Parts: sequence; structure tokens; C-alpha cells
Amino acid sequence: MGRTLAEKIWDAHVVRSAEGEPDLLYIDLHLLHEVTSPQAFDGLRAASRKVRRPDLTIATEDHNVPTTGIAGPGLPPPTSPTPLYGPGSPFTDPVSRTQVEALRKNCAEFGIRLYPMGDADQGIVHVIGPQLGLTQPGLTIVCGDSHTSTHGALGALAFGIGTSEVEHVLATQTLPQSRPKTMAITVNGALPEGVTAKDLILAIIAKIGTGGGQGYVLEYRGPAVRALSMAGRLTVCNMSIEAGARAGLVAPDEVTFSYLEGRPHAPTGANWEAALDYWRTLPSDADATFDNEVVLDAGTLTPYVTWGTNPGQALPLASSVPDPDSFADPGARAAAERALTYMDLKPGTALRDVAVDTVFVGSCTNGRIEDLRAAAGVLRGRQVAPSVRMLVVPGSMAVRAQAEQEGLDAVFTAAGAQWRSAGCSMCLGMNPDKLSAGERSASTSNRNFEGRQGKGGRTHLVSPEVAAATAVTGHLAAPADL
Amino acid sequence: MEPFVTHAGRAVPLRRSNVDTDQIIPAVYLKRVSRAGFGEGLFAAWREDPSFVLNQPRYDGATILVAGTDFGTGSSREHAVWALTDYGFRAVIAPRFGDIFRTNATKAGLLPVTLPEATVTALQDAIEADPGTEVVVDLDHRVVRAEAAGIKAPFEIDDYTRWRLMEGLDDIGLTLRHVDDIAAFERNRPAYLPVTA
Repeated sequence: MGRTLAEKIWDAHVVRSAEGEPDLLYIDLHLLHEVTSPQAFDGLRAASRKVRRPDLTIATEDHNVPTTGIAGPGLPPPTSPTPLYGPGSPFTDPVSRTQVEALRKNCAEFGIRLYPMGDADQGIVHVIGPQLGLTQPGLTIVCGDSHTSTHGALGALAFGIGTSEVEHVLATQTLPQSRPKTMAITVNGALPEGVTAKDLILAIIAKIGTGGGQGYVLEYRGPAVRALSMAGRLTVCNMSIEAGARAGLVAPDEVTFSYLEGRPHAPTGANWEAALDYWRTLPSDADATFDNEVVLDAGTLTPYVTWGTNPGQALPLASSVPDPDSFADPGARAAAERALTYMDLKPGTALRDVAVDTVFVGSCTNGRIEDLRAAAGVLRGRQVAPSVRMLVVPGSMAVRAQAEQEGLDAVFTAAGAQWRSAGCSMCLGMNPDKLSAGERSASTSNRNFEGRQGKGGRTHLVSPEVAAATAVTGHLAAPADL
Repeated sequence: MEPFVTHAGRAVPLRRSNVDTDQIIPAVYLKRVSRAGFGEGLFAAWREDPSFVLNQPRYDGATILVAGTDFGTGSSREHAVWALTDYGFRAVIAPRFGDIFRTNATKAGLLPVTLPEATVTALQDAIEADPGTEVVVDLDHRVVRAEAAGIKAPFEIDDYTRWRLMEGLDDIGLTLRHVDDIAAFERNRPAYLPVTA
């Protein structure tokens, strides 16, 4: 009986299995950031416990960090770490600063490698893992962040955990976990010109719903998935959690191997060959069975945008705001009514007529160099509408450096967009980059929840291409509309 | 962790689906570095509306939240659980939960109880009709009872999680009993696996 990719990784990490108990799973890589770790370190201290494997753990500063005042014209070259106090500190919020300070102290005390603000490799935790070559096929990866599913793009079983589990992994390098079910998401055909990985995952979530993946590991398969770049696969896997699945996977292939080869933490020499031999055994066997399967035809897709307050409330850009009465399910109808009230939208309004005042390009969903190239490609020779402020926030400082080398920063600033330093930025309303009440954004991030980007703010999730075209016109638009 | 065997209390109906953890506690409240005090941020945006259920005096003192489906989706923030317990909740009843939220709840002593949609609606109806309705969440017998409303609903929870919650056990302590197994596993890890140092 064949096994799926998820089952193979699971089986290779079971430390202990006992009847009536969850499996004890070994964790190959633990990623930390400042928000979900301080209470875990406190727990270790209270119990006089150590970090079992600091050498399998990294930390970065991303959620709270300001994205201005760190690097750029008129500023001295960044020092690492960026100071938290005094004139060189970018912090205006002392509470955010305290949380970053706690992470620095905890990493120093427990011997954990930290990529702080000011470091050339600092960035959003889910951007730097793959970038450093730490994210590899067949690994188990956890982080106190639901978008840990991102790393599944390289064929790693990666999932978000809470702070109690963070403490558990720090202390034991393991987690008790019940074996998940598996769901194949098979995408046949090819994405049409102008349709992106972001549109694909929004369409998948709209199809299966925000709870459809609950209890499953999703494996994205089929020719349209094989054809995606690593950046596209990362975008797709990133939003698995928005369909309720803790993890999403793409089987490793030549795209994966060529992405990894030569990265700082990728194996070299004989180790590279040994790793490759193992990685090639990982894809799901031909006779493996999934607990569930969903099939889509990529050829039918067009650019997608969200109209509501959960990521499943998405439609093709060419359509109109739905009428809540069109939902047969009473729960879905009530949710649509609430969403339209919050979003201040009327049924029947063409989505292309929805005006925005803010455009955000960035986040662990769409903050990689390919995303910035796509947005810059639309903006080159064009101007951001006067009614719109546009933030472009690279997912890591390495992405920022690469973009500057390619001259993308000049494209953005010439168009009137703001060019920022790396961080989670406007994805989550935890740092200075926020929407004000009543503001409306087109955002390349992952969540359009009420208040997600700032209290009272309204979010439409879009691809980088749609974000850039929207910035030009001032209302939701695709590059083909320009 | 405080053990959970059985809990009797009044309940509050939250008739909304897809209550994501950003609603339970917005990001701006996540900056504390301790586990205490998160109740202040519970449903912070919704509590600004005087008609929101938690602002209605008739539900004062409720310790059980009866919510719509897909409760606790989204962000992995365990702060959502800490906000609910700090506010005084001991159990949340819903037709379906976000996976990470449900796990976090069982690690922090908040019991997530999955019941069919129709039962949840019947409970909400009963509580709205009489906020004094006593609801018993009996983990020992895996049943929710609201006798005044004629509701007696069994629920499923795996034996291991039930045992841990009833004993109030620390997961880390349990795992460290198997530290030899962990060490043995580590000795066999291949050399090509990455290290962060």
C-alpha cells in the first residue's frame, strides 16, 4: 500500500507511538519570532529547563518591527542589531520594543541564533527560512505562527503551533501530535496568462471554504502546481491555513532542488547527493490514497479578489458583490450580511468599481522578489493614483537588497510608492503600518478579517499584479485593465 | 494547568460563524510578554458595541461560550485562549473549531466542545430565552447537559486529551518521561539535515 508525501514525512519522524496516545513527533526545525515566544521562555525558566536543540532553532524579529528608519536614503548603514533605544532606534511604541527586547534577551540566554533588525538576513520568518536554505524537503518544521504552512512548498511538513507547544518544542524538540488526514488538491490544466498563484489559492479557498481543510494536510498536485515557480508554491502553501488546514505540501522536484542548491544551509558535496537521494523518494506513491480529493481546472481561473471578511469570501475580479440572499446556507447568508455591512459594500456593485485608498505589497504570502518584480512590472512607467498610498515592503532584507540591485526600488519610488524595510508590516496591524478606521486596501497579504490591518480597516486580498494595477487606477483592477 | 472534570455555569450565545482569533483578540493586544491580563482585549472591537452579547448584563458571569461554526480560525495566537480564560470562560461549545485554536485550548485548560450545529442552536435558543439556564459540561462523562431546556448531548474527545485535561497535566513533563527515546531518535538522524548554528 503506497503512502502519501505527508505520511512518509510523518512516519520518518515518529519518536514514540503508543496505543491511545498521539504520536511523539521529532521536529527538525523550530522558527521563533517575538510575539508568540516570550511566555514560552518564561515557562522554561520557571521549570529550570533548557532549550534542547538550539542548533535546530532560529529566531527573527518581524511582527512588531517598524519598516521605516532602519535602512534607506539619508540613514546611516544599518547596524546589527538595530538599537532599541536612543536616536538609532526605529521604535515609537515602547510595548513593541519591549517584546523585541525580550526576544533578544531570551535568544542570548538560551543560545539561539537570532536574525535581528539590521541584519542582512532579517525578515519575515517564513521568507527567511527558505531563503537561508533551512527549509528543506522531508523536514518537520514548526513555528508559533499559522503561516508556517508556507514551508510546505519545498515538501516539508510545516505547521503553526501555539505558545504552549513552542515551549514544548524548545524543551523537548518534539511534539505530541495526532496523525492528520490527507487531502489532494489536484489542479489540472495551466493557469492562463495574467493569472497567478495567489488567484489559484484564493479560488481553492473559495471552493472548499475556510473550514474545508480542517483536520487535513493538503497536498497540491497536478500540472498547474508543477508549473509554479518556488515563489508561487510558497504563496499557495502559505494560505493553506486560510482553508483551515494546518499544513500544505508540494512534492519536491527539480524546481525545489534548483531553488535549494547553493543556499547557505543547503547540504553540500556528498551530503547534497545523500539528501537528493532521499528527497526523490518523498513524492506520494502512485498507489497512495488520500482521505479526500478536490479537483480544479486552472484554465478556467481569472484574477480573484476577496469581497468579505474571511478569505473564502472571494470572487473573480470581473464579478459583482454578491447578494447575501443568493446563499442557500443560513450561516453563510448571515456571514455575508455581516461582511457587507463591515466592508460597506452593496450587493450588485461591480468589484472593479470598488475604490481603495491604500495598496500593500508584501507579507509572507507575497513579499518575495518575484512578487516585487511582478508589481514593478505593472508600475514601470506608470503612476500611483493621487488618492492612493502604496506601501511596498520586501519580505526580508535580502529581498530588499536584491530588488535594489535590480532597480525595482527606483520603479516603485518613481511611481509614487513607499519603499520600506522588511517586516510583517501592514499584514496584521501590530506595528506602525496600519489602516485607519474606514480606510480600504488592496493587499497582497493573507487575511481580510475585520480589523486585521488596523481597527475599522477594510481589506481586499489580491495578487501583486492586481495590487499594482489597483494602485494605478485607484479602484480594483487587473493589469489588463490599464 | 487547572484540571477540568466537570463544569456547571451559565452560558452566553455568540451567534456568529468564522470567529477568527483576530476577533477574539486583535493583534494590538498581543504585545504583552506575560500570560496575564489578556481578558481586557477579548473581542475588543465587538465589545465597543453596547448591544454585543458580552455587554448585556443578563449574561454577566457566564463561563461557557456557545459559538457558531469555525470558531478560532486563523492566527495561531494562544493569546486567544488566554483572553477567554482570563475573562472567565472555562469552555467553548461550537459545531467546529480551528485546528490550532482547539489544540491551544487543551494546552491551557479551556475545554473546546464540538456539538452538532442543531444542538448548538438549541442551546443558544435556550440561553437566550433564559440566561439563567444552567449548562453542565461534563468531561468525565463526555456530555453537555442543559436540563431545564431538555438538552443532553454527548460529545467526542480523544481519551488522551480527556485524561490530560482531567488531571491538569503538563505536556512537557509527560514527554520528558520519554527522553531516552528522543535521544535514541537523535542518534539516527542523517548527517545531511540542516543546523542553524
